[in-house]
Amino acid sequence: MAQDKRPLAPHLQVYRWQLTSVLSITHRATGMLLTLGTILLAYWLLAIAAGPGAFASAQALLGSWVGQVVLFLWTLALYYHLCNGIRHLFWDAGYGFEIKTVYASGMAVVLATGVLTVVTWVMAMNGPGGGA
Amino acid sequence: MAEFTLPANSKVRKGKTFDATADSANKKRFVIYRYDPDSGANPRLDTYELDMDRCGPMVLDALIKIKNEVDASLTFRRSCREGICGSCAMNIDGTNTLACIKAIEDIPGEVKVYPLPHLPVVKDLVSDLANFFAQYASVEPWLKTETPASRDRERLQSKEERTKLDGLYECILCACCSTGCPSYWWNSDRYLGPATLLQAYRWIADSRDEHTGERLDNLEDPFRLYRCHTIMNCTNTCPKGLNPAKAIAEIKKLLITRAT
Repeated sequence: MAQDKRPLAPHLQVYRWQLTSVLSITHRATGMLLTLGTILLAYWLLAIAAGPGAFASAQALLGSWVGQVVLFLWTLALYYHLCNGIRHLFWDAGYGFEIKTVYASGMAVVLATGVLTVVTWVMAMNGPGGGA
Repeated sequence: MAEFTLPANSKVRKGKTFDATADSANKKRFVIYRYDPDSGANPRLDTYELDMDRCGPMVLDALIKIKNEVDASLTFRRSCREGICGSCAMNIDGTNTLACIKAIEDIPGEVKVYPLPHLPVVKDLVSDLANFFAQYASVEPWLKTETPASRDRERLQSKEERTKLDGLYECILCACCSTGCPSYWWNSDRYLGPATLLQAYRWIADSRDEHTGERLDNLEDPFRLYRCHTIMNCTNTCPKGLNPAKAIAEIKKLLITRAT
């Protein structure tokens, strides 16, 4: 029986999703989204430099509902990556490896991400030039 | 590059169903991965219905009952049946554990049993662990010394030095942690995986070992060590309650602190 004919046992297909793996893959996904967000930021800065006309169209694009949804997801990704990044710093220092702590810190990251995102948007909507 | 789907020859098909006798009141269904290397056919899922009033409490008891009474062709590894040999490691109800210490009553609904994830399957629940043990051998898991041994006594350790090995030496190399690690799934050709790294740290942490620097040199590699992204599936699934993720973090810390 040739070894390369052996089937590969199921992995992603059968392994139970759990907080550990879900938060880890989310960290990677948000990291990639932030790269895209940086391009958006560069576009916005270039629009400022290019003059009032370009800036106005950039503002209109970002102010549209599609733009707002993109910005909302961006802040969500930013806060998640930031909070979970802090969690990673603790791990790198050798703390927080007990499973109970891992679940507690994971839930704290999710909670903090939600709160920070909502607070940011409430402030943005009520601030000068806000949409509300 | 990570392959997220199964190769064509590994796709799992529907298999046979073996019902329990009609008079059994307390029935439970076991859905088990089957692969017969002689037939050349794709793996399949066979369903076995058992009478729980005539079955032992653990998943291994059910597997043995199936092999004895229903289907003698069912193939799996087992030896000690008390969680110390590591032979019956498999994926049960979505996570890796030892069939002999996993209680059936803790699993709601059907009991799904697969071989250890992302390893080549030899037959049914028997995985090919050749690469896993080759990786283990690569960390030279034995005491390495330069100073000659004393003629009349062992190499001594203080109580504190010995305590550092607690949580490390208990590993039974069942491979539950490594095969529960997504990073190991995608890079098992180059990433050593949590079980081997825990064992590497077991010798790094040993006060009697005199090759610590060499051991760290061997691990300082983007793949061998640093494919660990602290996902924590390893610690979550270890049937012995050990913490491979923490051991890996200790290795990373040692590599940073010795460099400064």
